[in-house]
Amino acid sequence: MNQHHTSPQRIGSANISNTPPASSKQQPPRWANYLTQRITAPHLREEIQGDLAELFYKRSQRHGYRRACFFYLIDFTLLLHPRLWRRETSGSFISANARSTDFKQPFFLSPTMLRNYVKIAFRNLVNNKVYSSINIGGLAIGMAVAMLIGLWIYDELAFDTYHQNYGRIAQVMQHQTSNGQIGTQRAIPFPLGNELKTKYGSNFKYLAMSSWQGAHILTFGDKKFSKSGAFMDVDAPKLFSLNMQKGTTNGLQDQNSILLSESTAKALFGDADPLNKLLKIDNKLDVKVAGVYEDLPFNSQFKELLFIAPWSLYVSSEDWIKRARDTNQWGNNSFQLFAQIADNTDFATVDKHILNAKQNNVPEEDKKYNAQIFLHPMPDWHLRSHWENGIQTGGMIDYVWLFGIVGIFVLLLACINFMNLSTARSEKRAKEVGIRKAVGSIRGQLISQFLCESLVVVIIAFSLALLLVQLSLPWFNEVASKHMTILWSTPAFWVLGLGFSVLTGLIAGSYPALYLSSFEAIKVLKGTFRAGRFASIPRQVLVVLQFTVSVTLIIGTIVVYRQIQYAKNRPIGYSRDGLMMIQMKSPDFYGKFDILRTELKNSGAIVEMAESSSPLTQIWSNSGGFTWPGKDPDLDADFATVWVTHDFGKTVGWQFKEGRDFSRTFTTDSSAIILNKAAVKFMNIKNPIGTVVRWGDDKTGKSYKVIGVIDDMLMESPYEPIKQAAYFMDYENVNWIDLKLNPNRSASESVATVESVFKRIVPSAPFDYKFANEEFAAKFSTEERIGKLATFFSLLAIFISCLGLSGLASFVAEQRTKEIGVRKVLGASVLNLWGLLSRDFVILVSIAFVIAIPIAYYALDSWLANYEYRTDLSWWIFGVTGLGALVVTLLTVSVQSIRAALLDPVKSLRTE
Amino acid sequence: MKGTQLGEFEELVLLTIALLYDDAYSVAVMEELSQRLERPMSLGAIHRTMQRLEEKKLVLSRFGEATAERGGRRKRLFTLTTDGEQAVKEARRIRNELWAGIPSGAFKGGLA
Repeated sequence: MNQHHTSPQRIGSANISNTPPASSKQQPPRWANYLTQRITAPHLREEIQGDLAELFYKRSQRHGYRRACFFYLIDFTLLLHPRLWRRETSGSFISANARSTDFKQPFFLSPTMLRNYVKIAFRNLVNNKVYSSINIGGLAIGMAVAMLIGLWIYDELAFDTYHQNYGRIAQVMQHQTSNGQIGTQRAIPFPLGNELKTKYGSNFKYLAMSSWQGAHILTFGDKKFSKSGAFMDVDAPKLFSLNMQKGTTNGLQDQNSILLSESTAKALFGDADPLNKLLKIDNKLDVKVAGVYEDLPFNSQFKELLFIAPWSLYVSSEDWIKRARDTNQWGNNSFQLFAQIADNTDFATVDKHILNAKQNNVPEEDKKYNAQIFLHPMPDWHLRSHWENGIQTGGMIDYVWLFGIVGIFVLLLACINFMNLSTARSEKRAKEVGIRKAVGSIRGQLISQFLCESLVVVIIAFSLALLLVQLSLPWFNEVASKHMTILWSTPAFWVLGLGFSVLTGLIAGSYPALYLSSFEAIKVLKGTFRAGRFASIPRQVLVVLQFTVSVTLIIGTIVVYRQIQYAKNRPIGYSRDGLMMIQMKSPDFYGKFDILRTELKNSGAIVEMAESSSPLTQIWSNSGGFTWPGKDPDLDADFATVWVTHDFGKTVGWQFKEGRDFSRTFTTDSSAIILNKAAVKFMNIKNPIGTVVRWGDDKTGKSYKVIGVIDDMLMESPYEPIKQAAYFMDYENVNWIDLKLNPNRSASESVATVESVFKRIVPSAPFDYKFANEEFAAKFSTEERIGKLATFFSLLAIFISCLGLSGLASFVAEQRTKEIGVRKVLGASVLNLWGLLSRDFVILVSIAFVIAIPIAYYALDSWLANYEYRTDLSWWIFGVTGLGALVVTLLTVSVQSIRAALLDPVKSLRTE
Repeated sequence: MKGTQLGEFEELVLLTIALLYDDAYSVAVMEELSQRLERPMSLGAIHRTMQRLEEKKLVLSRFGEATAERGGRRKRLFTLTTDGEQAVKEARRIRNELWAGIPSGAFKGGLA
C-alpha cells in the first residue's frame, strides 16, 4: 500500500546524495530540504529544491547565512500553493523526466484528499436534509446548553475574584454550642476586633470591623437617596483592594468622612467633583466625601456596597454600640469582622491561633457556649457557606455540581443521538464502502472520510451553538440573575469549545469509521453482507441510557418544583396581602407615630398601622436568658424577640389560639408578652396564659406575663421550622412601620396617598417602602431560579432524546420498508404495523424508566433531606413521569411508523 | 476558449523567457523580472505561471545542467513554442493598435 515511501528512484533525493554540498554554510539547512522534500510533488521536486538552494546560495553570499535562512522560509511559505503540491496528472503537463513510479497514491491525509472528504461530507449532508438537521440541531442544542451551563459555572466560580487579595481575605466567624447543637454565625462580639489586633496581630495584614450592610439615607442639599452601604474600619478599602478614582484608600481616617461608589457619587453630584462635599447619613451624621471608588462588579459579595463610612462614626452614632465598646461586651454578637491574613501564613495556621480568642475572654456563665473563632476564606463565601452542626456542608457549590452534571448529561444525550444516527445511517452506506474499496480506497481513506463527515457536522453544530448561546444569553441572564457574556476573547473558551467539538466528532465518528471500513468489499457487493443480529445492541443500550437520564431529570424537576410550591403555600400565620413596611432610618420619624396613624387612617388609604422591631419577613433579634416555672436548668432558652406596638396584631392579622392581643385598656400590658405556638411547645407548659416569664438574671431581670398564644408566624426561612418567639409591647425599640392597605381601594392609589402623607409629615426621609409579599417571594429566588433553569434543561433533554428517537425510528422504518410491504400485501393492518415498529422503542423506554426510578429516588431523597419543611416523594410523580415518557415516545415513534405503514407496498416491492 | 488567453503577468514572464533565450529558468526569470519591474517577486508566483504556460503549451521545458550552487540539482530550462511566439506577437499587435487608436488630445501632455 505504502509503496511511495520506498521508491528507490526519486529524482531529487538521488541527486542530493550524489553531490555533497559545497560548504555547509552555502547550503540550506537540512530541515529546510526535508521540508521541501515532503511537500512538493515529486515531478517538481528537483527544480524547486534547486531553485531554493540557488537563491539561498546567492543570499548567503550577499547577506549571510542567517538572513538566507530567513528568506528561505519566506520563499518556501510563498511556494505553498496547491498547484505545486499537485501530483502530475496525465496529459497536459509533460515533464521532461517523468517515470511511472512517480505517480504514487497520495498520502491519505493530503490536503487534496481532505478537501475531497469535506466536499463529500457536505454533499451527504445536503442529500439527507432531515437526517442532517436532526443531527446538527440536536447536537447544537446540547452544545449550547453545555456552554450556557459552562458560563454559569464559570461565573459562579469567579465570584469575588475581583479582589486582588482574593486568596488571603477571610471573614472572622464563630461556632457556638447551645442545647447540644453547634450553630455557626458571621456575627461576632465588639471586642474581638481589638483582641485579634493586639494579641494575634502578627497573623494579620489587615483587620476591619464592619457593620451589617444595609440601606441608609444619604442627603446632599435637597437630594435624598436610600443607598446600601456599611460602616467599616480604616483598612477596609485596602483589604478589599478598592479601585479609587478620587481620593485614597486612606479616606476613612477622618471620623467624619465617607467613601462613595462611582454610581452613588454620580447620582448625588452628577458631573460635579464630589470630593469634600458635605453629606448627611440618615439625617443625623455629617460626613465629607473623601474618595470615590469604582463600583464593585456584579459577581462580588459587595456589589451592593455603595458607600463606606468610618467605623468610628458608627460606634459613636448609637448608644448601644458605645456600650458594647465601653463595657467590653463579649456576649453581644452584633458585628462583622473581615481580615486579610499576613503574607507569610495560611488560613489553617491562623485558625489554630485564634480558635479561643473569644472563649478566653467570655464571662464564666458563657463558657458553656464554647465559642470557637475561625476564618471563612473569601473563595468559600459564595460557594461554601452552609454549616451543619459546625461542619461545612457546601452551599452554592452543590448547585454548581448539579448543573455541571446536568450539562454533561444533556451534552451526552446529544452525542448519543449523534452516534446512534451515524451508525444507523452508516449501515445504509455499506454498499458505498464496498464500491469505494473495490475501486481502490485504502482503509485509512475510508476512516478519514467518515471522521471528516462527523467533524464537519460537529463544527457546524458548534457554530450554531455559539449563535444559540448568543441569542439566549439575555434571557438566561435574567433567569439566572447574572451578567454573563460569551467569553469571545478568552482563549481557554475557544480551546475548550473547539477541543471538545473535535473530540466529540472523533468519538462519534469512530464507530462508523472503524466498523464500516472493516467490511470486505466482495461480501458487501455480492449482497451476502448482513449487518448482524447484534449490530443494533449498542444503539439500544444508548437509547436506554438516554431515556434514563431524561426521565431522571424530569422527575427531579417535578420534585424541585413541588418543593418550591410546597414551601410557598406554607401557612404563614398572618395575612400578607396589602402589607407594606417602611424602615425608620432617620430620627425624624420619632414622635410622629400617632399623627401618621391618624392621618393615614382618615385618608382611607390604610385600615391599620403599627410598628415593629423586625421587618415582617425577618427576625432581627434573638435573645437568651429566659426562665419560667418548670424550665429545665440546662436548657438554653433562646427566643426570637420582636417588639411591637398596640395595633400590630390587627395590622398583620395574626391568629390567636388562646388569650388576647395587647390592649390599650390594660396599662399592665407593657409587661405582657404574646408567645407563638412553637414557644409554648418549646417551653413545654400546659396552661400558658398567665405564666410568668423572667428575662435576664435574678437581680436585674424583668417579669412578663403571658397574655396570649398565636399561631406560628412565618417570618424567616420558609424551609426552616418556625422558631419559638416572644412578642413584647414597646414603643421605643421599634424600627419599622407596618401598614395594612385598604383592601377596597387600589394599591397604587393607596401607596400614592401614603406617600403624600409621609412626605408632608416626615419630609426629610425618602419614601422607601417594601411589600411583605414581595419580600417573602424573594426568599424563594434562589430555589426558583434553580427550578426554572432545571425545568428548561430537562425539557431540552427530553426534546433532544425524542429528536434522536425520531431519527432512529425513521431509519428502522426505512430499513424495514420491504418487510412492511410484504406484510401489507399479506394482509397486515396499519395498526399491526404500527405496533410492530413501536414495540421495540416502548420496551427500551420502559427499561430506562425502571433504571431511572431508584436513581431519581435516591438523589431526590437526599436533596429533600436538606430541608426541614419539605414535600414528600409520592409515587404518582414517578407514575406520571413514566407515563409521560411513554406517551412522548409513542407519539414520536408513531409519526414515523404510521408513515411507513401507510406507504404503498407496490412502490417498495417493485424493485424486487 | 478558456486557458488560451494570455494574462498580463504571463505575458511578462513569456517575454522574459524569450529575452533570456538560452538560460531561461525560474530563478533567472525571477531576478530579471524583479529588476525590471522594480518590485520583489515570489518564486512561487513564477513557478505557478511557468507551469501554467507549459500547460497552455506556450513554452517547452527541458532539464539543464546541474550546478554546485543548486546543491547538484538540475535547472528546468524553458523556451517559447511557436504558439508562445504567436501569443506574445498577438499581444503586441493588440497593444500597438490600441496605442494607435488613441485620439490626439486624450492625454493632456500629448501622445509622446
